[in-house]
Amino acid sequence: MDVWSSLMDGFSTALTPLNLMYAMIGVILGTAVGVLPGLGPAMTVALLLPVTYALEPTSAFIMFAGIYYGGMYGGSTTSILLNTPGESSSVVTAIEGNKMAKAGRAAQALATAAIGSFVAGTIGTTLLAVCAPIVVKFAVSLGSPSYFAIMMLALLAVTAVLGSSRLRGFASLGLGLAIGLVGLDSVTGQSRLTFGQPLLSDGLDIVVVAVAIFAVGEALWVAAHLRRTPLHVIPVGRPWMGKKDWQRSWKPWLRGTVFGFPFGALPAGGAEIPTFLSYVTEKRLSKHPEEFGHGAIEGVAGPEAANNAAAAGTLTPMLALGLPTNATAAVMLAAFTSYGIQPGPQLFSSQGPLVWALIASLFIGNLLLLLINLPLAPLWAKLLQLPRPYLYAGILFFATLGAYSVNLQAFDLVILLILGALGFMMRRFGLPVLPLILGVILGPRLEGQLRKTLQLSAGDPAGLWSEPIAVGIYVIIGIILAWPLVLKLIRRNRPAAAPAGPSVLSGHDEPQTPATPSTTKTEPTMPAHHQQEKP
Amino acid sequence: MSSPATGLKGRAELGVALLLGVVGVLVFLDANGLVTPYSKSDPVGPKTVPFIVAGLLVVCAVLLAINVLRGGRGEAEGGEDVDLAHPADWKTVLPLAGAFLLNILLIDWAGWVISGTVLFWGSVLALGSRRYIRDGLISVALSLLTFYGFYLGLGIALPAGLLEGIL
Repeated sequence: MDVWSSLMDGFSTALTPLNLMYAMIGVILGTAVGVLPGLGPAMTVALLLPVTYALEPTSAFIMFAGIYYGGMYGGSTTSILLNTPGESSSVVTAIEGNKMAKAGRAAQALATAAIGSFVAGTIGTTLLAVCAPIVVKFAVSLGSPSYFAIMMLALLAVTAVLGSSRLRGFASLGLGLAIGLVGLDSVTGQSRLTFGQPLLSDGLDIVVVAVAIFAVGEALWVAAHLRRTPLHVIPVGRPWMGKKDWQRSWKPWLRGTVFGFPFGALPAGGAEIPTFLSYVTEKRLSKHPEEFGHGAIEGVAGPEAANNAAAAGTLTPMLALGLPTNATAAVMLAAFTSYGIQPGPQLFSSQGPLVWALIASLFIGNLLLLLINLPLAPLWAKLLQLPRPYLYAGILFFATLGAYSVNLQAFDLVILLILGALGFMMRRFGLPVLPLILGVILGPRLEGQLRKTLQLSAGDPAGLWSEPIAVGIYVIIGIILAWPLVLKLIRRNRPAAAPAGPSVLSGHDEPQTPATPSTTKTEPTMPAHHQQEKP
Repeated sequence: MSSPATGLKGRAELGVALLLGVVGVLVFLDANGLVTPYSKSDPVGPKTVPFIVAGLLVVCAVLLAINVLRGGRGEAEGGEDVDLAHPADWKTVLPLAGAFLLNILLIDWAGWVISGTVLFWGSVLALGSRRYIRDGLISVALSLLTFYGFYLGLGIALPAGLLEGIL
């Protein structure tokens, strides 16, 4: 039981009073910032990154673990109490959660979300602890060609599968890759896209990019369309659940976890698809299908569990392969690199104690989240009433502070403003943000692997498909890219035979705006994901 | 989300295509200007990937332009505090960007406490708060608090600027 003893070592590191305190601070800060409208988990991590800079790596990552789950939970609180989810992964929670809150069952909705998150998070983290070393064992045998292929898959899948317009996804990816090119070329030392500006030669700091696109872009965008009529926040007492709620919740929690983890762990999995699948499943299996659309507790329990399990799943490729598959993981990867730590197969051997302390603190953070958030829920609800001028001025203020404190140079703030304007434009014209962030992070790595591959094959492009895994992945990429065309052909030939998933949904969910984008989204992805599990 | 001003909005999105195209051309020109002797240890060289990225950007620019001209439109992002029913409110955004810019100009010379105060106060005013005195006090308190918090708690010395010696 190698995993077990390493994990126990991790717990002994994470359970020192000082580190426990950092975990606590992380959970509280993460939830508080995550609850604030307009701030999702990725932004929470990016904004709070500078706070962790002064700490030693272990304590910093323990705090991250708290911030990560805290930000996630904060987001779902917001979507239950206000009907407008800030991020795509809590769209589904908002459907039933807000209906429950309106029917006076906000306490139960928050309780099933909190406890479901705890259950799913704990199971998910256990799976992470078990799976990550297996993935690592598999990953050390991979060479540059396979890594190149895997990174291509992650980039293309995120770009092509998520979001409503592929074209706009690729546009965003292109911009991200261009931003990632800025700086000195790692092999030849030539400066690219620096325009003679020496401050650009180190490249753009990913923290600055993330804060600009997420926080500044969001603040400017909201400022342009600020809702002048205050939103109605549903008051809530201490979350609790009756016996019947428990009976109706525990199965959806477990099923949600089963959906969430694998999707989170796959490149391009994300939380949207599993939360949506969980919702559909619960609706079909429920003994009270008539309650769906009017506040069914299963519709909160399942998707919330799926969301959190996906969050844990995301950490598997992040830690084991150095491959971020969502925005939060991308920002965390940036945090790792800023400490001089390279996530990837070597991480578990070179930084073993740190990784296991991080995993252990994920368990601890999860428990703290439950213990802290149940009593504090009314306080979080009050945070939602923070006057908007203060909220968005505060976001700008802290974004500036965070970006500035990285290098203490005003030049970074110029970049922050320019990229913030880019973030504004992307929100205005529906360019998804995630491909850009992943492009910035993965672009340089992708290039590195490409050059290493061709160096090994002495310039022969056949080197790219010299490993069987790489070939398998290119086949999957081909399927993902070709799928919409295939679907179109099938539709044209057999218009009556629509795929099973969406047809179940279309009946009830069409009128609800949050659900409709997902309806079109799940369709092409489902079969692609089944294919992905094969190799 | 659908509003009557379709013609104008459609044209605005062409700006995105233009931006993509310009960035693509820039990336291409920049990479093209690199001088690299062919080396056996690095057959790909520093130019290849920029060329691919430039190609991707230009192709996206063209396709997006076609898409927009054919009536395709990107969906503006919603959110908790976003009300897409009214058009972009530049009277809020521009002063907000102004406050941000002022902070950039002031931060190294006047120091964080002053520039941060200006940033927060300016932003709050731009966003529509009208309690000048209270907002000013909050701004000063926030700047001071973060200044000392970063210095004492994190060991990061933000610039003191004009107030050097006082703080």
